[in-house]
Amino acid sequence: MTAILEAREINKTFGAVTAAKDINISVVEHEIVGIIGANGAGKTTFVNMVTGWLRPSTGQILFEGRDITGMAPRRITRLGICRSFQVAQVFMTMTVFDNLMIALGIAESRGLLALLPLRRGDLEARADAILQRYQIVEYRDQVSSTLPQGVRKLLDIAMAMVARPRILLLDEPTSGISVEEKFGLMDIVMGALKDEGVTVLFVEHDMEIVERYVSRVIAFYQGEIICDAAPAEALVDPKVKEFVIGGEPQGWSTHDTAGAGERADA
Amino acid sequence: METAITILIDGLVFSSYLFLVSVGLTIIFGVMKILNVAHGSLYAWGAYTSAYLIGLWSDAGLGDGGTFLMIAVAAIVVGVILGLILERGLIQFMYARDEVITVLATFATFLILEDVILLVFGVNPYFAYQPMAYLDSVEIGGIQRDVYSLTLIAVAVVVGVSLWLGLTKTKWGKLLTAVIYDRELSIAMGINVTRVFIVTFVLGAVLGALGGAYVAPTVSVAPGFGVEVIVLSFAVVVIGGMGSIPGAIIGALTVGIARAIAVHQLPEVELFVVYGVMALVLVFRPEGLFAPAKARKI
Amino acid sequence: MEPSRDWTIPGLTIGFAIVAVSGAVFLPDWLLNQMVISFSRALAVVGLMVLWRTGLVSFGHALYFGLGAYTVALLGKEFGVSDVLITLPAAALASAAVGVGLGFIIRKYREIFFAMLSLAFSMVLYGIVVKTEALGSTDGFSVLSPTLLGMSSDDAGVTLVSLFLGLCLVGWAVAVLVHRYLKSVLGSLTTAIRDNEIRVEYLGYSVAEAIHGKYVMSAALAGLGGGFLAISLGQVDPDSMINWTVSGELVFVTILSGPGSVAAPFIGSLIFELIRTYAFEWLPYAWQLIVGATLLIIIFFLPDGVWSLITRLAAGRGDKR
Repeated sequence: MTAILEAREINKTFGAVTAAKDINISVVEHEIVGIIGANGAGKTTFVNMVTGWLRPSTGQILFEGRDITGMAPRRITRLGICRSFQVAQVFMTMTVFDNLMIALGIAESRGLLALLPLRRGDLEARADAILQRYQIVEYRDQVSSTLPQGVRKLLDIAMAMVARPRILLLDEPTSGISVEEKFGLMDIVMGALKDEGVTVLFVEHDMEIVERYVSRVIAFYQGEIICDAAPAEALVDPKVKEFVIGGEPQGWSTHDTAGAGERADA
Repeated sequence: METAITILIDGLVFSSYLFLVSVGLTIIFGVMKILNVAHGSLYAWGAYTSAYLIGLWSDAGLGDGGTFLMIAVAAIVVGVILGLILERGLIQFMYARDEVITVLATFATFLILEDVILLVFGVNPYFAYQPMAYLDSVEIGGIQRDVYSLTLIAVAVVVGVSLWLGLTKTKWGKLLTAVIYDRELSIAMGINVTRVFIVTFVLGAVLGALGGAYVAPTVSVAPGFGVEVIVLSFAVVVIGGMGSIPGAIIGALTVGIARAIAVHQLPEVELFVVYGVMALVLVFRPEGLFAPAKARKI
Repeated sequence: MEPSRDWTIPGLTIGFAIVAVSGAVFLPDWLLNQMVISFSRALAVVGLMVLWRTGLVSFGHALYFGLGAYTVALLGKEFGVSDVLITLPAAALASAAVGVGLGFIIRKYREIFFAMLSLAFSMVLYGIVVKTEALGSTDGFSVLSPTLLGMSSDDAGVTLVSLFLGLCLVGWAVAVLVHRYLKSVLGSLTTAIRDNEIRVEYLGYSVAEAIHGKYVMSAALAGLGGGFLAISLGQVDPDSMINWTVSGELVFVTILSGPGSVAAPFIGSLIFELIRTYAFEWLPYAWQLIVGATLLIIIFFLPDGVWSLITRLAAGRGDKR
């Protein structure tokens, strides 16, 4: 199998801080990769480098064999790598529907086509279909700034998926989401993504989510990869336990209480 | 050589003037994130009040040496009264608004105050030559210069040093620095930000009024007096980096010397050299020479 | 929920037709003059409104306004060209060309920096014009009386009415085109950019290019407006065309009008011109006071400008029915 995304010898430093050290990752199509690590381990930095927000100090990033190192985010997006954000990045003064319409408008109109009217029947139908798929139809005409956190997150991910990317990077899809909501939200997201056949890399704090949804785990510690394996193996890895899971008492305690409630329900 | 000395002295005098009028603006921006166009009005009010008081003092035959006292009185009275009125009456409602809207609101205030000046002081120009006559003139590099203009340099140095000492050595200065650094955190730490803002604004207002009050004797104080100074002091503040006092010094020196060179060597560009420098600096260092660049985060 | 039908374009057509006909038939010359001045300014304000929707305020659009005015004036002075079909497009083009160049720099800036850099650029032009004898220095110079395809009239009244009708036509066309633009994908990247640049970038559109485009558009419109004003005043000078106070007026009218509709700048501009004229006539020492107070009232009580007042009134009447 050939890699759809490949990071070769990536290094990134901010002054004296090393945010990425000798990162080598190769992802094949349809994989669902969980990226874990304590705060400051370099997870988001990695996402930011792949999507063009940051340029690696050294090393190369290849998408389908093509070098995309240091390209602007919009070009990487156009090539087929999209992302969601830890804090949902939506158009706060607009309705959910208008958010999707603008996303669709941009995705579907290059060059002078951008002068076509935004509100066209075909795009509107697609926006409504997306609302269905992400189960946010009831919020269609609500202004984004008034949305519940979880809905805003779904909208953020839905907007990232509008361009039908080959790769989607999710940056902490469940951060800021209550424990009661998190599985519901992830089921919707993962269901929608599976339909699209997109390759997914997601940064996650919550080990329960990781365990449940990913096919492979990559653990970061101080900018380095300390483990790259299947979840069953990775989550019991002593280094991962010490530097990732143990390094995050907060996430772990929510896991414990939440896990108990979840199991009782089941 | 003589030209060089002339340029240097002219440049320093003009720089000192620029520093005086812009330092208040930059302090207000640094602490409150408000670009106060009405600063020009404070300057004009300071100038009118100073010219008026100097006239009164002189007419009363109290000796021209005391006119300097009138300059200080004008600056403080105008700065405190107008500063309080503006902050309590307008600015305090703008903290939650967009920075650009705030600029417009202070621009509106500027327009209003311009006309209030006309209504209070009339349309005829005021001359307050007494302090200048009192200090006489000296010859430097073959050119007669009035001593009063040279004292502007001293005043600017005194103001600059006091501000620096005040900000670094006093409790109030440290509070201000804290608020400049992180407003939310300061509130959380229990700093009374409202009071800090009032004091800052009044301080800035007094400095603006002082600029006008001190310059008044060297010119004819006439309608439209505050207009040019707004754009000039904006240029200084933007060049130096908004909110930075060292920046205001560097900005004032850059603009002052550049203009002095232009006046003596290349008079055609005199008018726009200031803006040319400002545009150049902004193009290469958008935050100005002294403000730290802000990182964008996701 | 179906979006309600957009009545803007028919509304603009009917509105401009009524204004044009009444102007040609019975409005007095003094009012026509005011309308010509207001509509000239309104053209520039339409462009500023597009920037305002994007979250950008330029304190230096007098640069383009003045460029347009001086282009018209210079074509007459240097080449004897007075045909409006040449001078006005040239005014818009000259401003657009400079906008393209400066746009590469200014598109990196936001908020106060955008405003101040615009101001700096405009003041550079002001400084150049004031110091250049060939451009008439502070006094400026006069503009040839306009011709259209070789036709001209010695009757000032006829010239005024023709200019007014032409301006109505251009104003209508600009309003319709900009309205359609705002309804397009590119046009939606105004509020979208104001709301969240990061998202726009990650949807695959260059924020810098989008802003650049809008900036050039606003420059061209300001140039066109300046060109019309030069023709109607018959005279150009730096203080009434390029000085920062001109930029201030344009921004003022933008805020007064509100971002709600492309029709708003035409109404807002007229209101501004009337306020200014009457304030100047009746209270010569207080007209700035009145203008300033109006601006404060708008900022505090009508943040979406007079247009929001109109829509509110219309909605109120709708409810009663």
